[in-house]
Amino acid sequence: MDLELVKSAIDGERRPLARVLSSLENRNLTLDEIKNQFPKIFEDKVSDSWSSIAITGAPGVGKSCLIDKILINWSSMGIKTALLAIDPSSPRTGGALLGDRVRITATDNDEYKDLIYIRSIATRKSSGSAPLIVSDMVEFLNAIGWQRVIIETVGSGQSEVRCAAITDRIVVVEGPARGDGVQAEKAGLLELADAVVVNKSDLPGAEQHASELKESFELGVGQVPPIMLTSAFTGDGIEHVSSTLLQLEDSGRSNKAKWRERLLAHHERKILESDKLDEILENLAIGSTSIEEALKILGDD
Amino acid sequence: MSEPLRIVVAKPGLDGHDRGAKVVARILRDAGHEVIYTGLRRTAQQIVDTVRDEDARFLGLSSLSGAHNHLFPKVCQLLVEEGLDDVIVFGGGIIPFEDREKLFSCGMKAIFGPGTPTTEILQFIEQACEVSGSGVGENGTWHWESSA
Repeated sequence: MDLELVKSAIDGERRPLARVLSSLENRNLTLDEIKNQFPKIFEDKVSDSWSSIAITGAPGVGKSCLIDKILINWSSMGIKTALLAIDPSSPRTGGALLGDRVRITATDNDEYKDLIYIRSIATRKSSGSAPLIVSDMVEFLNAIGWQRVIIETVGSGQSEVRCAAITDRIVVVEGPARGDGVQAEKAGLLELADAVVVNKSDLPGAEQHASELKESFELGVGQVPPIMLTSAFTGDGIEHVSSTLLQLEDSGRSNKAKWRERLLAHHERKILESDKLDEILENLAIGSTSIEEALKILGDD
Repeated sequence: MSEPLRIVVAKPGLDGHDRGAKVVARILRDAGHEVIYTGLRRTAQQIVDTVRDEDARFLGLSSLSGAHNHLFPKVCQLLVEEGLDDVIVFGGGIIPFEDREKLFSCGMKAIFGPGTPTTEILQFIEQACEVSGSGVGENGTWHWESSA
């Protein structure tokens, strides 16, 4: 086992950290093994508020640019932040183009680069916007002193709520002119948001969209989450969002839904990691097994 | 199935042409690898930091501006200095044949010019994984003879 590697990562070395995350991702090493060998580092909570936050939303609303500005703000306060940026794997070849770093400028500043760790992650076999293994990575990063972990999910649609399975808080990023008021009333991801950021406030329609969202939340149960306007382009609203997110409370509306997602994610992982999966898929494809039989075989594992 | 390879594709220096880098990133993706693209105008240090933090096994450098003789060796040198000896480095772009020996002597394992068939790059990746000592700081003598 890569114990030496884990030890170097705990001591703050960056390459061993990257190696340990790879080992976790490839399942050559499990978080339980690390916990058994180094129980001490998991004892203290690193943050009195949350330690992991998902930034999610549709493709192109400006998640990466917004995160870049937040990283700059938090770094200027000396907060050690890790960013796990997730992009989809090809369902056909398994390959992935991980391009979230392209938008990141925060690490260009020599004063900040030691306070920021960025890792690009492909979804690999898992469905949904964030693979479950990310939660193990988050726990390890927290334990070795990365105070806050941002998870940038795959650009996701209205119903993608899997990120709820792995993080303490969820921030939904929206853009201006995202359809009429009815869109804001639709069920889905927004219901789980602990905060909503309407980005691109320099463009027309942003303020109106923010107020439609606010009205929609006010009709629902529980407290209305913070709804904030930003422009990652001009910098407007960034300071407010950065400080609000640091203190962000759990909206409390989503506990049961979060556990539902966790249960589903673990169940899915069980299926995806089954030795019999390839054989079952082949049999399904040629029609020699039915879905019911396949579920039965997988359930018996 | 074995794990996908993690490969950083980088654009060092002030060169703004990334069509080639994007094509290479795409063929590596379609071959089942995980490709991390840095975007344009990165310094040698930023590229090395990215390779380290992403735990990449390969680094591909692209240059069409003529600055390869300065930038590629600088990246190789920094990789070695930071203990990333085992990373396999290859390059591509407008790089004259007479410049290539020097780049190989810095630890690079392949240089691909315009017109290289994309399959050749995949063959190189496969072979470089098998040859021992092909990392940038491992002083291996093998390098790929490219067709263009």
